[in-house]
Amino acid sequence: MTRRFNRRKFILYGTATLGTSFLLKACANNGTSTTAESPSAVSSTAASPVAAATSGDTIKVGILHSLSGTMAISEKSVVDAENLAIEEINNAGGVLGKKIEAVTEDGASNWDTFKEKATKLIDQDKVAVVFGCWTSASRKNVKPVFESKDHMLWYPVQYEGQECSQNIFYTGAAPNQQIEPSVDWLLKNKGKNFFLVGSDYVFPRTANTIIKAQLAASGGKVVGEDYLPLGNNEVTPIITKIKQALPNGGIIYNTLNGDSNVAFFKQLQGAGLGPDKYPTMSVSIAEEEVKAIGKEYLKGHYAAWNYFMSVDTPANKKFVEAFKKKYGPDRVTNDPMEAAYIMVYLWKQAVEKAKTTDIKQVRVAALGQTFDAPEGKVTMETNHHLSKVVRIGQIGDDGQFKIVYSSDKAVAPIPWNQFVKETKGYGCDWSNPSKGGKYKTT
Amino acid sequence: MLDALFNGISIGAVLLIAALGLAIVFGLMGVINMAHGELMMLGAYTTFVVQNVCKQLGGLWFEGYIFLALIFAFILTAAVGLVLERGVIRFLYGRPLETLLATWGVSLILQQFVRSVNWLLVIGIALFCLFFFGGLWLQRRFVRKSWVVTVLFLLSLGIAIASCKFLAQVYKSALTQPWFGAQNVDVTAPSWLRGGIPFGGFQLPFARLFIIGLTIVCVAGIYIFLQRTSWGLRIRAVTQNRSMSACLGIPTQKIDALTFALGSGLAGVAGCAISLLGSVGPNTGQNYIVDTFMVVVVGGVGNLLGTIIAALAIGTLNYLVGSGTLALLLTPIPPLADLFTFFATTSMAKVMVFALIIAFLQVKPAGIFPQKGRTVDA
Repeated sequence: MTRRFNRRKFILYGTATLGTSFLLKACANNGTSTTAESPSAVSSTAASPVAAATSGDTIKVGILHSLSGTMAISEKSVVDAENLAIEEINNAGGVLGKKIEAVTEDGASNWDTFKEKATKLIDQDKVAVVFGCWTSASRKNVKPVFESKDHMLWYPVQYEGQECSQNIFYTGAAPNQQIEPSVDWLLKNKGKNFFLVGSDYVFPRTANTIIKAQLAASGGKVVGEDYLPLGNNEVTPIITKIKQALPNGGIIYNTLNGDSNVAFFKQLQGAGLGPDKYPTMSVSIAEEEVKAIGKEYLKGHYAAWNYFMSVDTPANKKFVEAFKKKYGPDRVTNDPMEAAYIMVYLWKQAVEKAKTTDIKQVRVAALGQTFDAPEGKVTMETNHHLSKVVRIGQIGDDGQFKIVYSSDKAVAPIPWNQFVKETKGYGCDWSNPSKGGKYKTT
Repeated sequence: MLDALFNGISIGAVLLIAALGLAIVFGLMGVINMAHGELMMLGAYTTFVVQNVCKQLGGLWFEGYIFLALIFAFILTAAVGLVLERGVIRFLYGRPLETLLATWGVSLILQQFVRSVNWLLVIGIALFCLFFFGGLWLQRRFVRKSWVVTVLFLLSLGIAIASCKFLAQVYKSALTQPWFGAQNVDVTAPSWLRGGIPFGGFQLPFARLFIIGLTIVCVAGIYIFLQRTSWGLRIRAVTQNRSMSACLGIPTQKIDALTFALGSGLAGVAGCAISLLGSVGPNTGQNYIVDTFMVVVVGGVGNLLGTIIAALAIGTLNYLVGSGTLALLLTPIPPLADLFTFFATTSMAKVMVFALIIAFLQVKPAGIFPQKGRTVDA
């Protein structure tokens, strides 16, 4: 079957492949650059203005999230929230009289890509700040980049703590603002036997270490734990283990991330483990995920966050309204989106206080900033985390959360966990150069 | 123990239905089809589309959409498989390495296609195909000069791009909105597939039972097709001795195309089945491609029975190790129990299963049922 290629054929086939790739590229490009008007297009806001940008009258900021791959289900909406905040700020006159211009990069759910793109945003685009990341794995991977270049990252997602970088501002919850109160609440209301399920990477493993230490200190019991590789859909062995470990029902503490959640809840219901006997507390499932997984699978289960779409504050009404107006009435808002939305505002306030976008001065100015956020008033503490209200919600028929618990006042963040032996007694204070990221408090 | 058996079989059934198409394409035809997973993905996306259409129709349509989806998934992926065979693979028979690379390339193209497909892209490709292949056909009948092909190519390309640009300007987002996008989409099972029947101390999920049933039907169907029909006879004849079959007047090219389309169609059915378990995304296929090859290789290339046994064995083993059942059974023997407890997490179970497979292939390199006779050398 081997054919000899003569020159004519070579040229012919060569042009054919070249041409086809041009065709595909032309059509694909049309696809992205003209979707600017459509609500779900995210990269467009970045793609079109870049070419026309004159660096003088705009401030470039980087947005670095996964727009494809297993994490895209969650991260895309965060980008929407960031773009909403940027648009609102621009419509209100911008920052320091300049418009904000977003440069969006796709981390593609690949932690090495995140690192590359972070370097690109800092070195090539010379952005003033980067808003980005969702998984702790991606944050841990870009952290050295931001530290070595002394740049600034704002990170909008609840995470496992045990970190306090000078170059990162964390606007999601620290463990003591989400995981610990939820475990306390479960111990008080739902029982003492816990089964821990998580994705196999740094956040679930660290979170479970904290939960185990906390349960050991307060009389609860971990009857088993298991981890699924990200993107894995075969959860039957885990469900069997849960049944073996908790024959009469008990609490499932779920730190799965991304698509595995879909498989987990679908098959949990199929196996007959309902929320009445096996209440599941999730820390990565918010309104957006409820919509994607299907509320028929999730009804009655719990989630712990700082913000729910159903929170009743004037700021939240305004936020939800603005979001639906920009992206369509069937869209929902959730905690990471809200954290992403407020972090753009907090950065703007810090820049305005510093009167420059210089990284070092903005970093100092950011400390102590307060903002009347949809979740309630938040304050940027000296450890680069926010004080926030803690809430627990139960998923209802309409896919919204019914808030079953809410802390009386904003809880101060504690990044270094006080239940875990290695970090007990440590604190973080960037307002005082002699203390820094990890100092002994006692 | 029954519980363990059922769960092991249900994991095995997923593996088997995914590997069945590959067992035909790789096992019988010897084509290393790296795009098999992507064909499954196309099947899963077909299910998603059918589901959305049936949701609009509501009522009984939605309850029964899964059967409609199975048929559509089979037809669509079989058609894609046919195009793939006619367009790429038939030039590469007998060259496994090139086939591997080419089909891997196809798998990447399919993944990206699903991410960025929109009306514009489809219109562009359709226009290009229409002009180019139509022109080619005319050229073959009337002109017969080779430079015409180049002109034709550039011309149809130009027309396609120009009309793409024009349409994009006129209709904007209506045409350029991607159909699926890079995000995963979700298939909601009809309500009768969501629960399960209580059985002893545990519950048999309907979705799993459905997949097991579907697998049995597919296996039986394939068996009857291969053993009892004249096309099946021809397929077997061609796989055993291609040149002799050709001498006896069997249209080998047609048989190749048919076999490949059949294998691809089964991949589509498998895609439909897995959409009941998890979410559907452009990368769905990649999660399965390694497992399916593993099943076919362990079973013995070219042997359907081997594939069935291998799928069930790997599924059960994976389950027994991963769920810790094996560790529980071996409690009387402490060192062994410790060993299996160590492997009793989902990630580690996979490690152990792979290690066992490597060990197994050292003993029996050609799988459970090695092929015998002269065909092996051919």
